[in-house]
Amino acid sequence: MLDDMDRRLLRLWQAEPELTLADLAEACGLTAGKAGRRLDRLRADGVIKGQVAAVDWAALGYAVQVSLRVTLDKTAARAFDDFIAAARQVAEVIEIQTFLGRVDVRLSVVARDLPHYQTIYRDHILTLPHIADIESLMTVAVVKAEEALPI
Amino acid sequence: MTLDEIDHKLLRLLMRDAAQPSSQLARKLGLSQPATWRRIKALREAGVLRGQRLVLDAEALGFGVTVFLGVKLATKGRVSLEDFERTVTAIPEVQTVEHVLGLYDYRLRVVARDLADFERVLRRRIMTLPGVGDVEANVLLSEERRPGPI
Repeated sequence: MLDDMDRRLLRLWQAEPELTLADLAEACGLTAGKAGRRLDRLRADGVIKGQVAAVDWAALGYAVQVSLRVTLDKTAARAFDDFIAAARQVAEVIEIQTFLGRVDVRLSVVARDLPHYQTIYRDHILTLPHIADIESLMTVAVVKAEEALPI
Repeated sequence: MTLDEIDHKLLRLLMRDAAQPSSQLARKLGLSQPATWRRIKALREAGVLRGQRLVLDAEALGFGVTVFLGVKLATKGRVSLEDFERTVTAIPEVQTVEHVLGLYDYRLRVVARDLADFERVLRRRIMTLPGVGDVEANVLLSEERRPGPI
């Protein structure tokens, strides 16, 4: 079970993932040793899954990001499995999500520019199996990106 | 910035685990520690590495439901976009906000404790946003991040 101090540690660390253990401990009024033990326990319990680097695709030359909302042909028994397995083979797909709702699967696709996107879309996306319908949303601006939990 | 194969490998390693010590990274890349550091620093300065993200288990923290909302604005104009963005980013349960082009104007990622809690967020916070029109909700079942073209 998490107590208030655990939540406080996670809240502060989530807001500033680059904080050192010493800074984090001090902000919570703990010794580095005590804070470290709490974080070790949260890791062992699976509450903290890890730290990952955030990559800026635009800075890497991928200026275009498109969200593709896919409806699958559910009369095919393995529609989800086949579609997802094939989507994993497309290098430009950076996210695969499945949903309960009007949309079955959503893919996030990055491309260098619009002609590049058109090539990916025609040659690698439209050829994916069991697509019944597909809608595109092009990202104009990311207004909020931290993905923080309201702990 | 032109990246070579080692930069790509370094990015892939950091996207999986950004907390590993640089000695471990250096060993995996077959580089010295200072050479590894120089590459990380260059990637940061070029804006390719934008920092780190702490990955938490939402469910273990009591957030059992993630919903993606497509939001259409009923009234459009510069002022209403700014109003909408300012208000929506201040909602703690809203994790991401993207301005998009297509069927909807905005795409939101929302977390909630359960469906009843989501309904509360939707009614009290989202449906009362300035200028909000049609809203479509899709409940997230699974999610996987891919390394992408690097």
